[in-house]
Amino acid sequence: MNPVNYLYLAALLFTIGAAGVLVRRNAIIVFMCVELMLNASNLALVTFSRLHGNLDGQIMAFFTMVVAAAEVVVGLAIIVTFFRSRHSASVDDASLMKL
Amino acid sequence: MSTTLAAASTATSTGEAVQFWVLGTVAVLGALGTVLMRRAVHAALCLAGTMIILAVFYLANGAYFLGMVQVVVYTGAVMMLFLFVLMLVGVSTSDTLEETIKGQRWLAVAAGLGFGVLLVGGLGNASLSTFNGLAEANAEGNVQGLARLVFTKYVFAFEITGALLVTAAVAAMVLTHRERTERRSTQREMAEKRVRENRQVPPLPAPGVYARHNAVDIPGLLPDGSPSELTVNPTLRGRGQVRDVSDEALADLAALEQRTQEYLERGERPAGNAGRDADGSGDRDKEKAK
Amino acid sequence: MESLIGLLVGAPLLGAAVLLCGGRRLDRTGHWLGTLLAAASFVVGLLLFADMLGKDTEQRAMHQHLFSWIPVADFQADVGFQLDQLSMTFVLLISGVGTLIHVYSIGYMEHDERRRRFFGYLNLFLAAMLLLVLADNYLLLYVGWEGVGLASYLLIGFWQHKPSAATAAKKAFLVNRVGDVGLSIAIMLMFTTFGTFAFEPVLESTGETSEGKLTAIGLMLLLAACGKSAQVPLQSWLGDAMEGPTPVSALIHAATMVTAGVYLITRSGEIFNAAPDAQLVVVTVGAVTLLFGAIVGCAKDDIKKALAGSTMSQIGYMMLAAGLGPIGYAFAIMHLVTHGFFKAGLFLGAGSVMHGMNDEVDMRKYGGLRKHMPVTFVTFGLGYLAIIGFPGLSGFFSKDQIIEAAFAKGGTQGWILGTCALLGAAITAYYMTRVMLLTFFGEKRWDPAETHPHESPRTMTIPMIVLAFGSVFAGGYFKLNENFVHWLEPVTEFEHGHPPMSAATVTAATVVALLIGVTGAWFQYGRRPVPVVAPRGSLLTRAARRDLLQDDLNHVVLVKGGEHLTRGLVYLDHKLVDGVVNGTAASFGGLSGRVRRVQNGFVRSYAVSMFGGAAVLVAATLLMRAV
Repeated sequence: MNPVNYLYLAALLFTIGAAGVLVRRNAIIVFMCVELMLNASNLALVTFSRLHGNLDGQIMAFFTMVVAAAEVVVGLAIIVTFFRSRHSASVDDASLMKL
Repeated sequence: MSTTLAAASTATSTGEAVQFWVLGTVAVLGALGTVLMRRAVHAALCLAGTMIILAVFYLANGAYFLGMVQVVVYTGAVMMLFLFVLMLVGVSTSDTLEETIKGQRWLAVAAGLGFGVLLVGGLGNASLSTFNGLAEANAEGNVQGLARLVFTKYVFAFEITGALLVTAAVAAMVLTHRERTERRSTQREMAEKRVRENRQVPPLPAPGVYARHNAVDIPGLLPDGSPSELTVNPTLRGRGQVRDVSDEALADLAALEQRTQEYLERGERPAGNAGRDADGSGDRDKEKAK
Repeated sequence: MESLIGLLVGAPLLGAAVLLCGGRRLDRTGHWLGTLLAAASFVVGLLLFADMLGKDTEQRAMHQHLFSWIPVADFQADVGFQLDQLSMTFVLLISGVGTLIHVYSIGYMEHDERRRRFFGYLNLFLAAMLLLVLADNYLLLYVGWEGVGLASYLLIGFWQHKPSAATAAKKAFLVNRVGDVGLSIAIMLMFTTFGTFAFEPVLESTGETSEGKLTAIGLMLLLAACGKSAQVPLQSWLGDAMEGPTPVSALIHAATMVTAGVYLITRSGEIFNAAPDAQLVVVTVGAVTLLFGAIVGCAKDDIKKALAGSTMSQIGYMMLAAGLGPIGYAFAIMHLVTHGFFKAGLFLGAGSVMHGMNDEVDMRKYGGLRKHMPVTFVTFGLGYLAIIGFPGLSGFFSKDQIIEAAFAKGGTQGWILGTCALLGAAITAYYMTRVMLLTFFGEKRWDPAETHPHESPRTMTIPMIVLAFGSVFAGGYFKLNENFVHWLEPVTEFEHGHPPMSAATVTAATVVALLIGVTGAWFQYGRRPVPVVAPRGSLLTRAARRDLLQDDLNHVVLVKGGEHLTRGLVYLDHKLVDGVVNGTAASFGGLSGRVRRVQNGFVRSYAVSMFGGAAVLVAATLLMRAV
């Protein structure tokens, strides 16, 4: 088997995640789908690292993880605040620029 | 490149291939579960599974450090954070999957399919028949290799991500911190307010707690036999965790009355005591079975 | 001496400022201050006059440049004074008669609690009028012109608690605005034609300009003059202006305001000389007005309104004279000055009568007052004799000259104008005799129990006496050796008119006309008792009582016409303009309604666009690779 298959898998996971972002309304699930997309790209980076035989791809994946962690923290805080004011976690409820 | 070209190979081991096909299938199923599961908790669990499988793939790809970090940080911390927020927000508000925005689903599917097909097509077009492998790069150890890069070539990016993390931590605190602008009203004040507004002055009615259930999620019954939602704790109501008592419990009650009637009929006979015991234990057994 | 010119305007202006800003603490002394400053202006005028007499004829004009008001590139608006013989005449008339009216007002307004304010307005009126006649350019003249309009508005509506007075003030202001627009257009035309407003360059370069432009400027100036001087067709405000206190009427009719139009025409003589068409319009307006005012004066029972008709008529004479060109300018001004004396005297006399008669103005309720008010009777009688042109008195000399000049116009025009003027003289004699008979002769038509006619206080009678002297002697002095004509000649030029008949014939005709008028009035009002309630009268009488239907005409033509025009415009606005505007708005609204659906606010919709965009980018990348 060629490691390129990992890339196919990453593409597949990324697309599934993206579709989830578009389809789901629950902000937390949307968020989880975003995480899935990030993980898919990480898999692609790690695979690139192996294909090229150097560690730069892994470093990129590492940074992606760090940024993802920061993003999760802020994003979840936003969801909590949003839920507090609207008693809803649906992204469709945030369709107005006011409460 | 000449040295890496020398080390280039075209196929992985059979074991890895088997592992890829088996775990890859599971990962895709997990991803699909994340997207399609109705309950957020289930979606989160599916995602956690996919992430663990991805950790295994990292390991298989020679990214030992990242694989561990994936398990510890992602599956351990990030997913726990997700679950935590889920609990805060209402763990079991299940999401209807009906689409409310006209044409959204079709557009999403079309865009997703188009994007996926293009990506796959692009990968297929790329001539990636050989790969170099990480044996050489990982020679002095994966962690040491990463550390060498992080602290030399990528040191600025590393420092900046540090700043980013700090900022994120502060941001989360700022966002979730709620300044109390006024004193929390005391119980007395709340009671006075209720009287002033003349709305639900006495305590809320109690739920229909049966001794046999000890359950607060069953609404009490109004005189006409219909359940009163008001008797159930608002949190449970909000989550939709109100158990409907009217049908099954009323049926139970009817059955009980029926049996009582039978018992009373039998009690008119002289040898009623033994039968009554037997019937009573039998009833209790039935309840337990439920 | 030039530096004194500013004082002429400055003194009354200071008075107005002090009196109007000073507040209640000036209530007791304010009228003296106002009179003093008006008198100061008169004294300065006399000093300057004496100085002027001491100089050669050609050196008499004085100029004083104060400052540059609006210096913008080619546009130079200066503030400066020009005191020549014409201005001097006006200065003396305005400040002299004005001062007398101030003195008179002290008595007349004694019981009015707003007297201080009244004197402030009077001073403002004098200052504006003096500025008007002293300005050395048309723009500054316009400032004075508007100041006069403002002051007249304030004074006519002085008893603003009376709705009729408030309305009259508004009417005067609005009608004057029409004339003001004419003046402002004339000034603009001057600027585009000559590039300046100053009198000298404008009037000296009339020879180099096309007659069409000069006619346009002349007609606009005439429109302005019609507004201020109450000439047909802008005469309707004058009768209503009688709502103001009587001294105001005297001031408006004798010394200020209505004379402004004559001044403007005379001052702009060079323009009219070069535009015969405009001149023809001027004489036509003058002739029509002099008959119009005279006819109105015959029918009015209100003593002040009868005098107002007479003013209109007399100003018509002046306009007629001014329109005759160099043969008439001097006579126009001469009649203006003599008229200033006797008309002020008549108005003050009328005020005195009203003062003694509990503010009754209906002459049919007077009668036989000569015994009760001897001083008023004598002064009023002298003014009366002067205005009808009794031989030897002021009006005779000035009016006779105008009639002569009208005949001297020559040709059919001369005959028509001369006949009009003669007819006007006869009617003047008729209605003034009527006023005289109704007021001072005949039996009492008032109730002795309620009304106690009495002579007015000294402050009122002394000005009347002074003015009576003027009414008697001014004309004769002016005529003597052609004094007045020679005095004005350097400014207005003069040429002798040659009437188709001898001067003696004209004079004889005038006297005959006068006698016919007086006799007619005597037969109607002197011989038999006068009914207290006015008889219905002929169609002409009834029309004349309604000011010859001028208000009705204005109503039908302007108000109704305006209403219809407005309605039409509103209809157009609704259907056409609003249609286009609203249609545009609606089409944009509809379009944005469609476009807005894309911006539905749902994050997921936006995410789809993003994702679609990403797919397009990937496709583009792949395509570029493939190519």
